[in-house]
Amino acid sequence: MSNNTPTRGPGHFVAPLEETPLVAVDAIKLDERKSNLWIDAWRDMRRRPMFWISAVIILLVIFVAFFPTLFTQVPPNDDCQLANSNGAPTGEHILGFTKQGCDIFSRIVHGTATSLSVGIIVTILTTVLGILFGAFAGFYGGWLDSVLSRAGDIFFSIPYILAAVVIMSVFSAYRNVFVISLAIGIFAWPATARVLRAEILRVKQSDYVMAAQAVGVSNFRILLRHVLPNSIAPVIVVTTISLGAAIVAEATLSFLGVGLPNSTMSWGNDISAAQVDLRTAPQTLIYPSLALSITVLAFIMMGEVIRDALDPKARAQR
Amino acid sequence: MSDPTTTPGARPLLEIKNLEVGFQSSDGIIPAVRGVDLTLMAGQTLAIVGESGSGKSTTASAIINLLPGAGRITGGSILFDGKELTNYSTKQMEDIRGREIGYVPQDPMSNLNPVWSVGFQVEETIRANGIATGRKAVREHAIQVLREAGLQDADKRLKQFPHQFSGGMRQRVLIGIGLSSRPKLLIADEPTSALDVTVQRRILDHLETLTRDIGTAVLFITHDLGLAAERAEQLVVMYKGRIVEAGPSREILENPLHPYTQRLVAAAPSLASRRILSATQESATHSLSDLDYAPTTVTEGIDLIAAAEERVERERAGGAAPTRRPDAIVVNDLTKVYKIRGQGKGSAGEITAADHVSFAVEKGTTTAIVGESGSGKSTVAKMILKLEQPTSGQILIDGVDVAPLKGRSLLDLRRRLQPVFQDPYGSLNPLRNIGNTIAEPLLVHKAGDHASRRARVLELLDQVALPQSLITRYPNELSGGQRQRVAIARALALKPDIVVLDEAVSALDVLVQAQILKLLAELQSELELTYLFITHDLAVVRVIADNVCVMQKGRIVEAASTDEVFDHPQEQYTKELLNAIPGAGIALGV
Repeated sequence: MSNNTPTRGPGHFVAPLEETPLVAVDAIKLDERKSNLWIDAWRDMRRRPMFWISAVIILLVIFVAFFPTLFTQVPPNDDCQLANSNGAPTGEHILGFTKQGCDIFSRIVHGTATSLSVGIIVTILTTVLGILFGAFAGFYGGWLDSVLSRAGDIFFSIPYILAAVVIMSVFSAYRNVFVISLAIGIFAWPATARVLRAEILRVKQSDYVMAAQAVGVSNFRILLRHVLPNSIAPVIVVTTISLGAAIVAEATLSFLGVGLPNSTMSWGNDISAAQVDLRTAPQTLIYPSLALSITVLAFIMMGEVIRDALDPKARAQR
Repeated sequence: MSDPTTTPGARPLLEIKNLEVGFQSSDGIIPAVRGVDLTLMAGQTLAIVGESGSGKSTTASAIINLLPGAGRITGGSILFDGKELTNYSTKQMEDIRGREIGYVPQDPMSNLNPVWSVGFQVEETIRANGIATGRKAVREHAIQVLREAGLQDADKRLKQFPHQFSGGMRQRVLIGIGLSSRPKLLIADEPTSALDVTVQRRILDHLETLTRDIGTAVLFITHDLGLAAERAEQLVVMYKGRIVEAGPSREILENPLHPYTQRLVAAAPSLASRRILSATQESATHSLSDLDYAPTTVTEGIDLIAAAEERVERERAGGAAPTRRPDAIVVNDLTKVYKIRGQGKGSAGEITAADHVSFAVEKGTTTAIVGESGSGKSTVAKMILKLEQPTSGQILIDGVDVAPLKGRSLLDLRRRLQPVFQDPYGSLNPLRNIGNTIAEPLLVHKAGDHASRRARVLELLDQVALPQSLITRYPNELSGGQRQRVAIARALALKPDIVVLDEAVSALDVLVQAQILKLLAELQSELELTYLFITHDLAVVRVIADNVCVMQKGRIVEAASTDEVFDHPQEQYTKELLNAIPGAGIALGV
């Protein structure tokens, strides 16, 4: 680098160039694999046993809900004999019998569809309402935000279980899966809306939103293309966890006697019917409760895994 | 590295030998500091200079054993005042920290606890270090600390909370806390990087006086070579965890021997602007090329001085026949008033962010709007971009008033006028790949079909010197400088005439900054672009702008050609700003 021996003053130290070879300024170093938030999150998730455990349980539950007859040949209602009331397990009836003498395992298997449907319908409802309210309130702000947020606050201030009890009592003639889902969902969405609104308020400050405005992208398109995709991560976490909560809510309502009619098979109904015999025949209560707990736990665990994977701070600490 | 400037036999205050620091990760230990040797004598000031990731801050935190998270000292020794600090236990280190080694952190905004009064936090330090005991003595000492830190009404200030202090005042408090126990060594990690230049200058002056009076040695961490040379006798340049050059500051600036140091010297805007200044002052008739500055010594870096020289030469050549080009932007009496919710009852306050601002930008030239934070420079930029509505006044783009533009004609304006923003990490949507990001303006303006858009994106990537393979990649795979290139490519997609650069290079390391400035200059001459350059950094202005508007508190206080403003500043404020450019105090023997 020097033509002549450069004059080096006293105490002037220069490292040999070989020690730290110069690299081009701002050289581009690309990983083999592409990377963005979702790709990274997926890579992170699939390394965790918790993800696989909860995924397998969730898939199993869904499978059972769609094809109950693959898991049990015993009809859940038609074959009930009072002679078997609260009976112990026998060869074909692996979990024993209910008070009515029906097969517990078969009832759990056939009740899966009901519980899961309530969970899914409630989740769809709360997510759609939550996204609509949260997105418009957060993105457009001003009076629209005031109106939507206050509306959300009103719904939020009423415990959704209480509200659902009231609704189900009023519409006692129309007790079915849709009505109960509606009753739960209509008061459960403000949580989603709040989470999304807060995230949108943060994201809409980004320079890329301003850059898009400066290009002339319409507001609605900015919301759809830039703001929503970058704000949706916490909503997914909330949604996954609330799916579990909705299943619990259905069980709670059925347990209280304002849920689904007794003729509809659901875990909640079975738990409700079993309470009188808790001391004499605990299995009638334990098995449907276990099915409920494991399912709900799987959804909550999945939510936690997704949250960890999407939160870069949590990831940096590992 | 021995230091012959000191008397033989004198024991150095701090002697670091072969220090190795690594960060534990899932793939093993990643080295951050590799074999650093460093000697600091009592009462001396030593600056460590380097870019982000060079290991300069890691070295500093290793001394006081405050390495973040997974950081570990993996080898070497740190001898402080005869004590081997690497062997010290956490408890022993707590006695050293604060009492014998003071620390001034980088960000004054987050380093004072907002729920406690400032006085409480100063008193806490005094008590923890056993400087004074007893309520009264501690309080008196705290008042003295704040007074020393240069705060007026120190006794009243004690009761106030951090949010009632400006950034500069907070940093004064932190310096006061750092020096409260008269430590032998003060570590200042980028103490003024978050502050305005004029505030930076006052605070560093103050720090210098204080430490000289107390006799505290200072270890100064900075990314700014000019600042380092101005403030420290000894300079250490770090690169990739190693020291590449060390020695007396003047010596290194005038005679940088390691190619990396040469790159840094060539790319530092503060030094470049200083060189131009001294050259023009020496003799107005001299051509800049008379300077015995040899750009050939720079092997691969980017030479800002050469770029600036070129610009000046070009200007002089053009100056012979002053053909005034039409104005691309004309701003008349632009005013923006923000209404803020009153703090007291009924006092609905107003803030005038821009106050009757008028200026014009000639086609194909660069006009810089310079000002400190809160001067209203970004507000002006946003109004020109039609992202904010002016309260009053007029903006003409190519002679057309933009206020009434809507729909189709607004879209047409947007095509000709594009922005590049400051934060490289926030200016790209992290979930869209680079290709889609650059193509978005084309899509919105329905320019061409899919194939032609793709071709244009590839062409743009070439123009900003990025590989075409980036088209399917995502922003988080790129560095800050590369993201800023993508942002520039997006801005250029519609072939605009005017680009508004809002602090577009402020967040970048010096070398990368120089690279982007060079790219901008090339693009300007190639595409005949008009730049409106918003910045707080006068040094950068000197290097790239033709005309300058200096803003203060919403008003333009001075507007003239760059040479005019730098050589014959009229306003006191401009003079202050110019004096505050780091490195302004160094008499460079160019």
